[in-house]
Amino acid sequence: MSDEMQEGPQGEVKKFMYVNRKAPYGTIYALEALEVVLIGAAFDQDVSLAFIDDGVFQLTDGQKTDDIGIKNFSPAFRALGDYDVTKLYVEKESLEERGLTRDDLMDLTWEDEDNDWEEKPSIRVVSREEMKSVLSDQDVILSF
Amino acid sequence: MKFAIVVNEGPYTHQASDTAFQFAKSVLAKGHEIVRVFFYHDGVNNGTKLAVPPQDDRHIPNNWSALAKENELDLVLCIAAAQRRGILDEKEAGRQGKDSNNVIDGFRISGLGQLIEAGIQADRTVTFGD
Amino acid sequence: MSILHTVNKSPFQKNDLASCLAHVSDDDAVLLIEDGVYGVITGTQAAGQISKSPAAIYVLGGDLAARGIGEEKVADGVKIVDYDGFVDLAAKHKAVNSWL
Repeated sequence: MSDEMQEGPQGEVKKFMYVNRKAPYGTIYALEALEVVLIGAAFDQDVSLAFIDDGVFQLTDGQKTDDIGIKNFSPAFRALGDYDVTKLYVEKESLEERGLTRDDLMDLTWEDEDNDWEEKPSIRVVSREEMKSVLSDQDVILSF
Repeated sequence: MKFAIVVNEGPYTHQASDTAFQFAKSVLAKGHEIVRVFFYHDGVNNGTKLAVPPQDDRHIPNNWSALAKENELDLVLCIAAAQRRGILDEKEAGRQGKDSNNVIDGFRISGLGQLIEAGIQADRTVTFGD
Repeated sequence: MSILHTVNKSPFQKNDLASCLAHVSDDDAVLLIEDGVYGVITGTQAAGQISKSPAAIYVLGGDLAARGIGEEKVADGVKIVDYDGFVDLAAKHKAVNSWL
């Protein structure tokens, strides 16, 4: 892939939103969505992820898949910060409806190179109202 | 206006591919451009040349293939999703040491970067799935 | 600029319509397609939720007809469009959010 293909026609940066509304393992959507995010990170766009409804189950801490014979892909979320994917919006109401809190989720961080490599949290728990405005701010919305 | 279309389900089980096909035809009929149709997840199964549906049913892979030929569309099957599901073109089959291939004319196999690139180039990206 | 949302699941089986309606902004539009069209049947709980939404609600006529849902069953305020109308709606809004 040539360098010039990495940017849009006018070289503009678009706001890409990956919407995750499905739980992992029962179907492949969550895993293959994450594969898109990891590849997409090379394109230098303004990337966000939204976790709404059952999508919040993708981020639970302590996933162990030995017994089901499917690879545990949750550690890959920890790599997102290294790819400059630092905005993971998790909907508060979706967590609450499912009996979860922020403490049940993985601790995902990124290092801010503009701020002495300070470790910052990637997960931003937001209300449904805040999620609405995040969604309406996007240029490209990919759902899986 | 430039459209990118994403198809996330295979033929027949879900309506997604049919809806995407009707949508694509309308996009073209209205004089818009389709920069790419990207097939992901089970959507890669739309690119098989081995489907033999009943005579009185629509032939989804053939229909996409014909639409691509008539309109010079770029139909891309995601390579990672295709490899998982046994969808291989001649080149990939050779590379993987397989003795057969099954991608129909009009489709090509390429990487996920093609999806992101389409999203960047198109004015609108529309996803069809389940 | 606003967003076009599409919903393709029956509200009698999945929560996608409810979730979509909870996330639309006032100037957004919602288009019901495939099994999502069952959400416009007048007198149902789903149609009640739709009528309360500030967003403009559309339904794909071909999917209604295929499912034997007559236009007289479509809740008030819902506009019926064809695939060309779907394309126009996608063009009119700055992005499309498919509630898969």
